[in-house]
Amino acid sequence: MSTDVKTIPQAEHVAPEGVKLPVYMDNHATTPMDPRVLEEMLPFFMEKFGNAASRNHSFGWAGEEGVETARERVAKLVGATTKEIIFTSGATESDNLAIKGVAEMYREKGNHIITAVTEHKAVLDTCKRLEKYGYRVTYLPVQKDGLVDLDELKRAMDDKTILVTIMWANNEIGVLQPVAEIGKLCRERGIIFHTDATQAVGKIPVDVNKNNIDVMSISAHKMYGPKGVGALYVRRKNPRVQISAIIDGGGHERGMRSGTLNVPGIVGLGKACAIASEEMAKESCKLAGLRNRLRDKIMGQLDEVYINGTMEHRLPGNLNISFAYVEGESLLMGINDIAVSSGSACTSATLEPSYVLKALGTGDDLAHSSIRFGLGRFNTEAEVDYVADRVVETVSRLRELSPLYEMAKEGVDLKSVKWAAE
Amino acid sequence: MAYSDKVLDHYSNPRNVGSMDKNSSEVGTGLVGAPECGDVMKLQIKVNPQTNIIEDAKFKTFGCGSAIASSSLATEWVKGKTVDEALQIKNTEIVKELSLPPVKIHCSVLAEDAIRAAIHDWKKKQEVTKPTAVAAQ
Repeated sequence: MSTDVKTIPQAEHVAPEGVKLPVYMDNHATTPMDPRVLEEMLPFFMEKFGNAASRNHSFGWAGEEGVETARERVAKLVGATTKEIIFTSGATESDNLAIKGVAEMYREKGNHIITAVTEHKAVLDTCKRLEKYGYRVTYLPVQKDGLVDLDELKRAMDDKTILVTIMWANNEIGVLQPVAEIGKLCRERGIIFHTDATQAVGKIPVDVNKNNIDVMSISAHKMYGPKGVGALYVRRKNPRVQISAIIDGGGHERGMRSGTLNVPGIVGLGKACAIASEEMAKESCKLAGLRNRLRDKIMGQLDEVYINGTMEHRLPGNLNISFAYVEGESLLMGINDIAVSSGSACTSATLEPSYVLKALGTGDDLAHSSIRFGLGRFNTEAEVDYVADRVVETVSRLRELSPLYEMAKEGVDLKSVKWAAE
Repeated sequence: MAYSDKVLDHYSNPRNVGSMDKNSSEVGTGLVGAPECGDVMKLQIKVNPQTNIIEDAKFKTFGCGSAIASSSLATEWVKGKTVDEALQIKNTEIVKELSLPPVKIHCSVLAEDAIRAAIHDWKKKQEVTKPTAVAAQ
Protein backbone atom coordinates (compact mmCIF):
# COMPACT_ATOMS: atom_id res chain seq x y z
CA MET A 1 0.00 0.00 0.00
CA SER A 2 1.36 3.34 -0.84
CA THR A 3 0.33 6.63 0.60
CA ASP A 4 0.67 9.59 -1.63
CA VAL A 5 1.16 12.94 -0.07
CA LYS A 6 -0.39 15.69 -2.04
CA THR A 7 2.06 18.48 -1.56
CA ILE A 8 0.59 21.75 -2.55
CA PRO A 9 2.71 23.26 -5.28
CA GLN A 10 4.24 26.46 -4.13
CA ALA A 11 2.05 29.21 -5.49
CA GLU A 12 2.98 32.71 -6.48
CA HIS A 13 2.01 34.72 -3.48
CA VAL A 14 0.00 37.87 -3.79
CA ALA A 15 0.70 40.46 -1.18
CA PRO A 16 -2.30 41.44 0.89
CA GLU A 17 -3.22 45.07 1.09
CA GLY A 18 -0.61 47.19 2.79
CA VAL A 19 2.19 44.64 2.33
CA LYS A 20 4.94 45.23 -0.21
CA LEU A 21 6.93 42.16 -1.22
CA PRO A 22 9.54 41.12 -0.39
CA VAL A 23 9.06 41.80 3.31
CA TYR A 24 12.25 42.78 5.11
CA MET A 25 12.49 41.16 8.54
CA ASP A 26 16.26 40.81 8.94
CA ASN A 27 16.96 43.95 10.92
CA HIS A 28 19.79 42.35 12.93
CA ALA A 29 21.77 42.01 9.72
CA THR A 30 21.24 45.62 8.83
CA THR A 31 18.48 48.19 8.92
CA PRO A 32 17.20 50.37 6.13
CA MET A 33 18.30 53.96 6.58
CA ASP A 34 15.77 56.32 8.06
CA PRO A 35 14.98 59.02 5.46
CA ARG A 36 15.61 61.66 8.13
CA VAL A 37 19.16 60.33 8.47
CA LEU A 38 19.79 60.56 4.76
CA GLU A 39 18.44 64.10 4.66
CA GLU A 40 20.88 65.15 7.35
CA MET A 41 23.82 63.50 5.58
CA LEU A 42 23.28 64.84 2.06
CA PRO A 43 24.84 68.33 2.47
CA PHE A 44 28.05 66.69 3.71
CA PHE A 45 28.76 64.98 0.41
CA MET A 46 28.91 68.06 -1.86
CA GLU A 47 28.35 71.42 -0.21
CA LYS A 48 30.07 70.69 3.12
CA PHE A 49 32.71 68.32 1.79
CA GLY A 50 35.54 69.70 3.92
CA ASN A 51 37.99 67.60 5.88
CA ALA A 52 37.02 67.87 9.53
CA ALA A 53 40.73 68.07 10.35
CA SER A 54 41.27 71.18 8.21
CA ARG A 55 41.50 73.80 10.93
CA ASN A 56 42.17 76.90 8.88
CA HIS A 57 39.23 77.36 6.54
CA SER A 58 35.45 77.32 6.58
CA PHE A 59 35.19 74.06 4.62
CA GLY A 60 37.00 72.26 7.41
CA TRP A 61 35.00 74.06 10.09
CA ALA A 62 31.72 72.97 8.51
CA GLY A 63 32.89 69.36 8.50
CA GLU A 64 34.10 69.62 12.07
CA GLU A 65 30.81 71.11 13.16
CA GLY A 66 28.94 68.19 11.62
CA VAL A 67 31.23 65.72 13.38
CA GLU A 68 31.00 67.43 16.78
CA THR A 69 27.21 67.65 16.65
CA ALA A 70 27.18 63.95 15.91
CA ARG A 71 29.57 63.27 18.78
CA GLU A 72 27.20 65.07 21.17
CA ARG A 73 24.24 63.07 19.91
CA VAL A 74 26.03 59.72 20.25
CA ALA A 75 27.30 60.65 23.71
CA LYS A 76 23.81 61.72 24.82
CA LEU A 77 22.19 58.48 23.71
CA VAL A 78 24.55 56.37 25.84
CA GLY A 79 25.10 58.72 28.76
CA ALA A 80 28.72 59.49 27.90
CA THR A 81 30.68 62.71 27.43
CA THR A 82 31.78 63.83 23.97
CA LYS A 83 35.46 63.23 24.68
CA GLU A 84 34.68 59.58 25.31
CA ILE A 85 33.37 58.92 21.77
CA ILE A 86 35.81 57.77 19.06
CA PHE A 87 34.48 57.37 15.53
CA THR A 88 35.40 54.22 13.62
CA SER A 89 34.41 52.38 10.45
CA GLY A 90 31.90 50.22 12.32
CA ALA A 91 31.47 47.75 15.13
CA THR A 92 34.02 45.25 13.82
CA GLU A 93 36.71 47.90 13.94
CA SER A 94 35.45 49.10 17.31
CA ASP A 95 35.68 45.57 18.72
CA ASN A 96 39.18 45.15 17.32
CA LEU A 97 40.29 48.52 18.65
CA ALA A 98 38.80 47.88 22.09
CA ILE A 99 40.24 44.42 22.57
CA LYS A 100 43.62 44.83 20.89
CA GLY A 101 43.94 48.36 22.24
CA VAL A 102 43.35 47.31 25.85
CA ALA A 103 45.43 44.15 25.48
CA GLU A 104 48.43 46.12 24.30
CA MET A 105 48.06 49.01 26.75
CA TYR A 106 47.70 46.78 29.82
CA ARG A 107 50.14 44.06 28.78
CA GLU A 108 52.36 44.68 31.77
CA LYS A 109 49.44 44.31 34.14
CA GLY A 110 48.32 40.98 32.79
CA ASN A 111 47.60 38.83 29.77
CA HIS A 112 44.25 37.25 30.55
CA ILE A 113 41.03 38.08 28.69
CA ILE A 114 37.56 36.69 29.37
CA THR A 115 34.84 36.52 26.74
CA ALA A 116 31.87 34.24 25.97
CA VAL A 117 31.34 31.60 23.31
CA THR A 118 28.28 33.35 21.86
CA GLU A 119 30.12 36.57 21.00
CA HIS A 120 30.24 37.94 17.49
CA LYS A 121 33.15 36.76 15.35
CA ALA A 122 34.61 40.25 15.49
CA VAL A 123 35.27 39.59 19.18
CA LEU A 124 36.03 35.86 19.05
CA ASP A 125 38.47 36.05 16.17
CA THR A 126 40.20 39.07 17.68
CA CYS A 127 40.66 37.10 20.91
CA LYS A 128 41.93 34.10 18.95
CA ARG A 129 44.53 36.28 17.29
CA LEU A 130 45.67 37.61 20.66
CA GLU A 131 46.15 34.02 21.84
CA LYS A 132 48.79 33.70 19.15
CA TYR A 133 50.56 36.68 20.69
CA GLY A 134 50.76 35.11 24.13
CA TYR A 135 47.47 36.21 25.65
CA ARG A 136 45.34 33.73 27.54
CA VAL A 137 41.64 33.79 26.73
CA THR A 138 38.76 32.20 28.66
CA TYR A 139 35.69 31.55 26.54
CA LEU A 140 32.80 31.34 29.01
CA PRO A 141 29.97 28.96 28.17
CA VAL A 142 26.41 30.24 28.36
CA GLN A 143 23.40 28.75 30.08
CA LYS A 144 20.44 27.29 28.25
CA ASP A 145 18.77 30.70 28.18
CA GLY A 146 21.81 32.20 26.42
CA LEU A 147 23.09 34.18 29.41
CA VAL A 148 26.49 33.90 31.05
CA ASP A 149 26.63 32.61 34.60
CA LEU A 150 28.01 35.36 36.84
CA ASP A 151 29.53 32.85 39.27
CA GLU A 152 31.33 31.24 36.40
CA LEU A 153 32.60 34.65 35.34
CA LYS A 154 33.81 35.35 38.87
CA ARG A 155 35.65 32.06 38.97
CA ALA A 156 37.34 32.80 35.65
CA MET A 157 38.77 36.11 36.89
CA ASP A 158 42.30 36.08 38.26
CA ASP A 159 45.04 38.58 39.03
CA LYS A 160 46.22 38.49 35.41
CA THR A 161 42.78 39.36 33.99
CA ILE A 162 42.91 42.71 32.22
CA LEU A 163 39.75 42.63 30.13
CA VAL A 164 36.28 41.14 30.10
CA THR A 165 34.48 41.48 26.77
CA ILE A 166 30.86 40.37 26.74
CA MET A 167 28.24 41.59 24.31
CA TRP A 168 25.15 43.46 25.39
CA ALA A 169 22.59 41.97 22.99
CA ASN A 170 23.22 38.87 20.94
CA ASN A 171 22.89 39.26 17.18
CA GLU A 172 21.26 35.86 16.65
CA ILE A 173 19.01 35.27 19.62
CA GLY A 174 18.68 38.83 20.91
CA VAL A 175 19.32 37.91 24.55
CA LEU A 176 20.58 40.68 26.82
CA GLN A 177 23.54 39.84 29.03
CA PRO A 178 23.51 41.19 32.61
CA VAL A 179 26.02 43.91 31.71
CA ALA A 180 25.49 46.03 34.81
CA GLU A 181 26.35 43.06 37.05
CA ILE A 182 29.28 42.05 34.86
CA GLY A 183 30.55 45.62 34.94
CA LYS A 184 30.25 45.72 38.71
CA LEU A 185 32.28 42.53 39.10
CA CYS A 186 34.94 43.98 36.81
CA ARG A 187 35.02 47.32 38.60
CA GLU A 188 35.50 45.64 41.99
CA ARG A 189 38.58 43.88 40.62
CA GLY A 190 40.04 46.68 38.51
CA ILE A 191 39.34 44.78 35.28
CA ILE A 192 38.29 46.70 32.18
CA PHE A 193 34.86 45.81 30.84
CA HIS A 194 34.19 46.10 27.12
CA THR A 195 30.78 45.36 25.65
CA ASP A 196 29.86 44.98 22.01
CA ALA A 197 26.58 46.90 22.07
CA THR A 198 26.03 46.84 18.32
CA GLN A 199 22.54 45.37 18.58
CA ALA A 200 21.60 47.17 21.79
CA VAL A 201 22.31 50.87 21.22
CA GLY A 202 19.24 52.62 19.88
CA LYS A 203 17.00 49.65 20.74
CA ILE A 204 17.07 49.53 24.53
CA PRO A 205 18.17 52.06 27.15
CA VAL A 206 21.97 52.08 27.26
CA ASP A 207 23.76 54.11 29.92
CA VAL A 208 27.48 53.55 30.33
CA ASN A 209 27.44 54.81 33.93
CA LYS A 210 24.41 52.94 35.20
CA ASN A 211 25.67 49.79 33.54
CA ASN A 212 29.31 50.07 34.61
CA ILE A 213 30.68 49.99 31.05
CA ASP A 214 34.30 51.00 30.38
CA VAL A 215 34.54 50.47 26.63
CA MET A 216 31.63 49.95 24.23
CA SER A 217 31.26 49.27 20.50
CA ILE A 218 28.53 51.04 18.53
CA SER A 219 27.39 50.62 14.93
CA ALA A 220 25.31 53.00 12.79
CA HIS A 221 23.72 50.63 10.30
CA LYS A 222 21.95 48.54 12.93
CA MET A 223 19.98 51.60 14.02
CA TYR A 224 18.79 53.08 10.73
CA GLY A 225 22.06 54.86 10.00
CA PRO A 226 24.54 54.34 7.17
CA LYS A 227 26.93 51.40 6.75
CA GLY A 228 30.66 51.80 7.27
CA VAL A 229 30.53 53.96 10.37
CA GLY A 230 30.49 53.27 14.07
CA ALA A 231 31.95 54.45 17.32
CA LEU A 232 33.83 53.29 20.36
CA TYR A 233 33.06 54.64 23.80
CA VAL A 234 36.20 54.82 25.96
CA ARG A 235 35.71 55.83 29.59
CA ARG A 236 37.71 58.91 30.66
CA LYS A 237 37.26 58.78 34.40
CA ASN A 238 36.34 56.42 37.26
CA PRO A 239 38.34 54.66 35.95
CA ARG A 240 40.24 56.30 33.14
CA VAL A 241 40.74 53.74 30.38
CA GLN A 242 43.53 54.01 27.88
CA ILE A 243 43.80 52.10 24.64
CA SER A 244 46.59 51.73 22.12
CA ALA A 245 45.73 52.64 18.55
CA ILE A 246 45.64 49.90 15.94
CA ILE A 247 45.58 52.31 13.00
CA ASP A 248 48.45 54.79 13.00
CA GLY A 249 48.60 58.00 11.04
CA GLY A 250 47.58 61.60 11.49
CA GLY A 251 46.52 61.21 15.11
CA HIS A 252 42.81 61.79 14.60
CA GLU A 253 40.30 60.97 17.32
CA ARG A 254 42.65 61.78 20.19
CA GLY A 255 45.29 59.57 18.67
CA MET A 256 43.17 56.48 19.06
CA ARG A 257 42.01 56.20 15.48
CA SER A 258 43.89 57.89 12.69
CA GLY A 259 42.35 58.44 9.28
CA THR A 260 40.28 61.21 7.73
CA LEU A 261 36.87 61.14 9.31
CA ASN A 262 33.93 59.81 7.33
CA VAL A 263 32.02 63.04 7.84
CA PRO A 264 28.72 62.18 6.08
CA GLY A 265 28.66 58.77 7.77
CA ILE A 266 29.37 60.25 11.18
CA VAL A 267 26.66 62.86 10.67
CA GLY A 268 24.29 60.01 9.78
CA LEU A 269 25.26 58.07 12.91
CA GLY A 270 24.61 61.19 14.97
CA LYS A 271 21.18 61.70 13.47
CA ALA A 272 20.32 58.04 13.97
CA CYS A 273 21.23 58.42 17.64
CA ALA A 274 19.19 61.62 17.96
CA ILE A 275 16.13 59.88 16.53
CA ALA A 276 16.66 56.92 18.85
CA SER A 277 16.92 59.21 21.87
CA GLU A 278 13.51 60.62 20.99
CA GLU A 279 11.65 57.57 19.79
CA MET A 280 13.22 54.50 21.35
CA ALA A 281 10.80 54.10 24.25
CA LYS A 282 7.74 54.14 22.03
CA GLU A 283 9.36 52.13 19.29
CA SER A 284 10.46 49.31 21.55
CA CYS A 285 6.89 48.89 22.83
CA LYS A 286 5.63 48.69 19.28
CA LEU A 287 8.33 46.19 18.28
CA ALA A 288 7.75 43.95 21.28
CA GLY A 289 4.04 43.95 20.41
CA LEU A 290 4.69 42.97 16.81
CA ARG A 291 7.25 40.36 17.83
CA ASN A 292 4.86 38.77 20.33
CA ARG A 293 2.10 38.80 17.74
CA LEU A 294 4.38 36.95 15.31
CA ARG A 295 5.37 34.44 18.00
CA ASP A 296 1.77 33.81 19.09
CA LYS A 297 0.49 33.39 15.55
CA ILE A 298 3.22 30.90 14.66
CA MET A 299 3.13 28.96 17.91
CA GLY A 300 -0.65 28.90 17.95
CA GLN A 301 -0.74 27.05 14.64
CA LEU A 302 2.30 24.78 14.69
CA ASP A 303 3.43 22.09 17.10
CA GLU A 304 7.06 21.36 17.99
CA VAL A 305 8.27 24.92 17.61
CA TYR A 306 10.94 26.09 20.04
CA ILE A 307 12.14 29.56 20.96
CA ASN A 308 15.91 29.87 21.27
CA GLY A 309 17.10 32.00 24.19
CA THR A 310 15.27 33.64 27.05
CA MET A 311 12.18 35.71 26.24
CA GLU A 312 12.58 37.61 29.50
CA HIS A 313 15.85 39.39 28.74
CA ARG A 314 15.65 40.00 25.04
CA LEU A 315 15.69 42.69 22.37
CA PRO A 316 12.11 43.73 21.61
CA GLY A 317 12.47 43.06 17.86
CA ASN A 318 14.08 39.63 18.04
CA LEU A 319 12.51 36.22 17.62
CA ASN A 320 14.59 33.11 17.00
CA ILE A 321 12.63 29.92 16.51
CA SER A 322 13.49 26.33 15.64
CA PHE A 323 10.92 24.41 13.63
CA ALA A 324 11.55 20.76 14.41
CA TYR A 325 11.78 18.36 11.43
CA VAL A 326 12.18 21.15 8.89
CA GLU A 327 15.57 22.21 7.60
CA GLY A 328 16.21 25.95 7.73
CA GLU A 329 17.39 26.57 4.22
CA SER A 330 14.47 24.78 2.62
CA LEU A 331 12.21 26.84 4.84
CA LEU A 332 13.89 30.03 3.64
CA MET A 333 13.36 28.85 0.05
CA GLY A 334 9.68 28.44 0.75
CA ILE A 335 9.34 31.90 2.20
CA ASN A 336 11.49 33.54 -0.44
CA ASP A 337 9.39 36.67 -0.43
CA ILE A 338 10.44 37.27 3.18
CA ALA A 339 13.96 38.31 4.13
CA VAL A 340 15.05 36.52 7.32
CA SER A 341 18.11 34.51 8.40
CA SER A 342 18.64 30.89 9.29
CA GLY A 343 21.06 29.21 11.66
CA SER A 344 21.19 26.32 9.24
CA ALA A 345 24.57 25.16 8.05
CA CYS A 346 23.39 25.33 4.49
CA THR A 347 23.19 29.10 4.68
CA SER A 348 26.73 29.46 5.91
CA ALA A 349 30.01 28.94 4.10
CA THR A 350 31.31 26.51 6.71
CA LEU A 351 28.46 23.96 6.63
CA GLU A 352 28.37 24.20 10.42
CA PRO A 353 25.11 25.19 12.05
CA SER A 354 24.97 28.29 14.24
CA TYR A 355 27.62 28.18 16.99
CA VAL A 356 25.40 30.43 19.09
CA LEU A 357 22.52 27.97 19.10
CA LYS A 358 24.89 25.07 19.73
CA ALA A 359 26.26 26.95 22.73
CA LEU A 360 22.74 27.02 24.24
CA GLY A 361 22.70 23.25 24.07
CA THR A 362 20.34 23.26 21.10
CA GLY A 363 20.92 20.03 19.20
CA ASP A 364 22.42 20.30 15.73
CA ASP A 365 19.12 19.12 14.29
CA LEU A 366 17.20 22.01 15.84
CA ALA A 367 20.00 24.46 15.07
CA HIS A 368 19.61 23.51 11.42
CA SER A 369 15.89 24.25 11.74
CA SER A 370 16.13 27.76 13.11
CA ILE A 371 14.96 31.07 11.71
CA ARG A 372 15.87 34.49 13.04
CA PHE A 373 13.21 37.15 12.64
CA GLY A 374 14.49 40.68 13.18
CA LEU A 375 11.72 43.22 13.37
CA GLY A 376 12.47 46.87 12.88
CA ARG A 377 11.17 50.40 12.71
CA PHE A 378 9.44 50.00 9.36
CA ASN A 379 7.67 46.67 9.89
CA THR A 380 3.88 46.73 10.13
CA GLU A 381 1.20 44.55 11.66
CA ALA A 382 0.03 43.55 8.17
CA GLU A 383 3.56 42.34 7.40
CA VAL A 384 3.72 40.34 10.62
CA ASP A 385 0.43 38.63 9.77
CA TYR A 386 1.59 37.85 6.25
CA VAL A 387 4.92 36.47 7.50
CA ALA A 388 3.21 34.31 10.13
CA ASP A 389 0.82 32.85 7.56
CA ARG A 390 3.57 32.11 5.08
CA VAL A 391 5.77 30.50 7.71
CA VAL A 392 2.95 28.29 9.00
CA GLU A 393 2.00 27.24 5.48
CA THR A 394 5.58 26.47 4.44
CA VAL A 395 6.50 24.59 7.61
CA SER A 396 3.35 22.49 7.22
CA ARG A 397 4.21 21.74 3.60
CA LEU A 398 7.79 20.79 4.40
CA ARG A 399 6.75 18.60 7.30
CA GLU A 400 4.58 16.61 4.90
CA LEU A 401 7.82 16.10 3.00
CA SER A 402 9.91 15.31 6.05
CA PRO A 403 10.77 11.70 6.91
CA LEU A 404 11.65 12.87 10.42
CA TYR A 405 8.20 14.33 11.02
CA GLU A 406 6.65 11.10 9.75
CA MET A 407 8.85 9.02 12.05
CA ALA A 408 8.14 11.24 15.03
CA LYS A 409 4.40 10.96 14.38
CA GLU A 410 4.77 7.17 14.23
CA GLY A 411 6.29 7.36 17.68
CA VAL A 412 9.88 6.67 16.66
CA ASP A 413 12.37 8.23 19.04
CA LEU A 414 14.68 9.98 16.60
CA LYS A 415 17.45 10.08 19.18
CA SER A 416 17.49 6.28 19.32
CA VAL A 417 17.82 5.84 15.56
CA LYS A 418 21.28 4.82 14.42
CA TRP A 419 21.88 7.31 11.64
CA ALA A 420 24.31 6.38 8.94
CA ALA A 421 27.01 9.00 8.91
CA GLU A 422 27.33 10.83 5.63
CA MET B 1 22.36 31.43 -2.92
CA ALA B 2 20.88 31.22 -6.37
CA TYR B 3 19.05 28.04 -7.27
CA SER B 4 18.75 26.59 -10.75
CA ASP B 5 15.29 26.53 -12.29
CA LYS B 6 15.26 22.75 -12.03
CA VAL B 7 15.99 22.80 -8.30
CA LEU B 8 13.26 25.36 -7.81
CA ASP B 9 10.85 23.28 -9.86
CA HIS B 10 11.51 20.10 -7.83
CA TYR B 11 11.33 22.06 -4.60
CA SER B 12 8.03 23.70 -5.52
CA ASN B 13 6.50 20.60 -7.15
CA PRO B 14 8.29 17.62 -5.69
CA ARG B 15 7.59 14.37 -7.58
CA ASN B 16 6.64 11.12 -5.91
CA VAL B 17 6.37 12.34 -2.36
CA GLY B 18 5.02 9.75 0.00
CA SER B 19 5.59 6.46 1.74
CA MET B 20 5.11 2.79 0.95
CA ASP B 21 4.72 -0.12 3.34
CA LYS B 22 8.25 -0.75 4.46
CA ASN B 23 7.34 -4.28 5.54
CA SER B 24 6.22 -5.35 2.08
CA SER B 25 8.60 -7.82 0.42
CA GLU B 26 8.36 -5.87 -2.83
CA VAL B 27 9.41 -2.62 -1.21
CA GLY B 28 12.97 -1.56 -0.51
CA THR B 29 13.59 1.35 1.84
CA GLY B 30 16.69 3.49 2.06
CA LEU B 31 17.10 5.94 4.93
CA VAL B 32 20.33 7.90 4.71
CA GLY B 33 21.85 11.00 6.26
CA ALA B 34 21.44 12.28 9.80
CA PRO B 35 19.39 15.07 11.37
CA GLU B 36 22.57 16.56 12.90
CA CYS B 37 24.00 16.96 9.42
CA GLY B 38 20.90 18.72 8.18
CA ASP B 39 19.92 16.07 5.62
CA VAL B 40 17.86 12.91 5.92
CA MET B 41 16.46 11.16 2.85
CA LYS B 42 14.01 8.29 2.79
CA LEU B 43 13.71 6.71 -0.62
CA GLN B 44 11.51 3.72 -1.29
CA ILE B 45 11.22 1.53 -4.36
CA LYS B 46 8.61 -1.04 -5.30
CA VAL B 47 10.09 -3.76 -7.49
CA ASN B 48 8.34 -6.29 -9.66
CA PRO B 49 9.91 -9.59 -8.56
CA GLN B 50 9.43 -11.15 -11.99
CA THR B 51 11.12 -8.43 -14.03
CA ASN B 52 13.24 -6.69 -11.37
CA ILE B 53 11.82 -3.45 -12.71
CA ILE B 54 11.24 -0.61 -10.28
CA GLU B 55 7.56 0.11 -10.78
CA ASP B 56 7.14 2.81 -8.22
CA ALA B 57 9.30 5.07 -6.10
CA LYS B 58 8.51 7.45 -3.25
CA PHE B 59 10.59 9.80 -1.15
CA LYS B 60 10.54 12.08 1.82
CA THR B 61 13.44 14.39 2.58
CA PHE B 62 14.49 16.62 5.44
CA GLY B 63 17.08 18.92 4.01
CA CYS B 64 17.80 21.96 1.93
CA GLY B 65 16.19 22.66 -1.43
CA SER B 66 18.98 20.88 -3.29
CA ALA B 67 18.54 17.78 -1.14
CA ILE B 68 14.80 17.77 -1.81
CA ALA B 69 15.40 18.25 -5.54
CA SER B 70 18.08 15.52 -5.66
CA SER B 71 15.82 12.95 -4.06
CA SER B 72 12.79 14.01 -6.08
CA LEU B 73 14.84 13.60 -9.26
CA ALA B 74 16.19 10.25 -8.05
CA THR B 75 12.65 8.85 -7.74
CA GLU B 76 11.88 9.98 -11.28
CA TRP B 77 15.02 8.38 -12.63
CA VAL B 78 14.72 5.00 -10.93
CA LYS B 79 11.13 4.44 -11.99
CA GLY B 80 10.96 2.07 -14.97
CA LYS B 81 14.56 0.97 -14.56
CA THR B 82 15.67 -2.48 -13.42
CA VAL B 83 17.45 -2.51 -10.08
CA ASP B 84 20.76 -3.12 -11.85
CA GLU B 85 20.19 -0.13 -14.11
CA ALA B 86 19.22 2.00 -11.13
CA LEU B 87 22.50 1.09 -9.44
CA GLN B 88 24.30 2.73 -12.36
CA ILE B 89 22.90 6.17 -11.51
CA LYS B 90 25.79 8.38 -10.47
CA ASN B 91 25.64 11.42 -8.24
CA THR B 92 27.52 13.39 -10.92
CA GLU B 93 24.55 12.96 -13.26
CA ILE B 94 22.29 14.48 -10.59
CA VAL B 95 24.75 17.35 -10.14
CA LYS B 96 24.68 17.97 -13.86
CA GLU B 97 20.93 17.71 -14.28
CA LEU B 98 20.22 20.10 -11.39
CA SER B 99 23.26 22.35 -11.94
CA LEU B 100 24.22 21.95 -8.28
CA PRO B 101 27.01 24.20 -7.01
CA PRO B 102 30.05 22.59 -5.32
CA VAL B 103 28.69 23.16 -1.77
CA LYS B 104 25.61 21.10 -2.69
CA ILE B 105 27.36 18.08 -4.18
CA HIS B 106 26.85 16.20 -0.92
CA CYS B 107 23.09 16.35 -1.60
CA SER B 108 23.56 14.39 -4.82
CA VAL B 109 25.85 11.91 -3.04
CA LEU B 110 23.16 11.37 -0.46
CA ALA B 111 20.57 10.74 -3.19
CA GLU B 112 22.82 8.14 -4.79
CA ASP B 113 23.32 6.56 -1.36
CA ALA B 114 19.56 6.52 -0.86
CA ILE B 115 19.00 4.64 -4.14
CA ARG B 116 21.68 2.10 -3.20
CA ALA B 117 20.32 1.70 0.31
CA ALA B 118 16.79 1.11 -0.99
CA ILE B 119 17.99 -1.48 -3.50
CA HIS B 120 20.16 -3.13 -0.85
CA ASP B 121 17.17 -3.38 1.47
CA TRP B 122 15.03 -4.87 -1.28
CA LYS B 123 17.74 -7.40 -2.23
CA LYS B 124 18.09 -8.46 1.37
CA LYS B 125 14.37 -9.14 1.50
CA GLN B 126 14.59 -11.28 -1.64
CA GLU B 127 17.27 -13.46 -0.03
CA VAL B 128 15.01 -14.01 2.94
CA THR B 129 11.81 -14.54 0.95
CA LYS B 130 13.23 -16.76 -1.84
CA PRO B 131 13.66 -19.95 0.19
CA THR B 132 10.16 -19.60 1.59
CA ALA B 133 8.87 -19.05 -1.93
CA VAL B 134 10.58 -22.28 -2.97
CA ALA B 135 9.21 -24.08 0.02
CA ALA B 136 5.73 -22.93 -0.81
CA GLN B 137 5.88 -24.42 -4.31
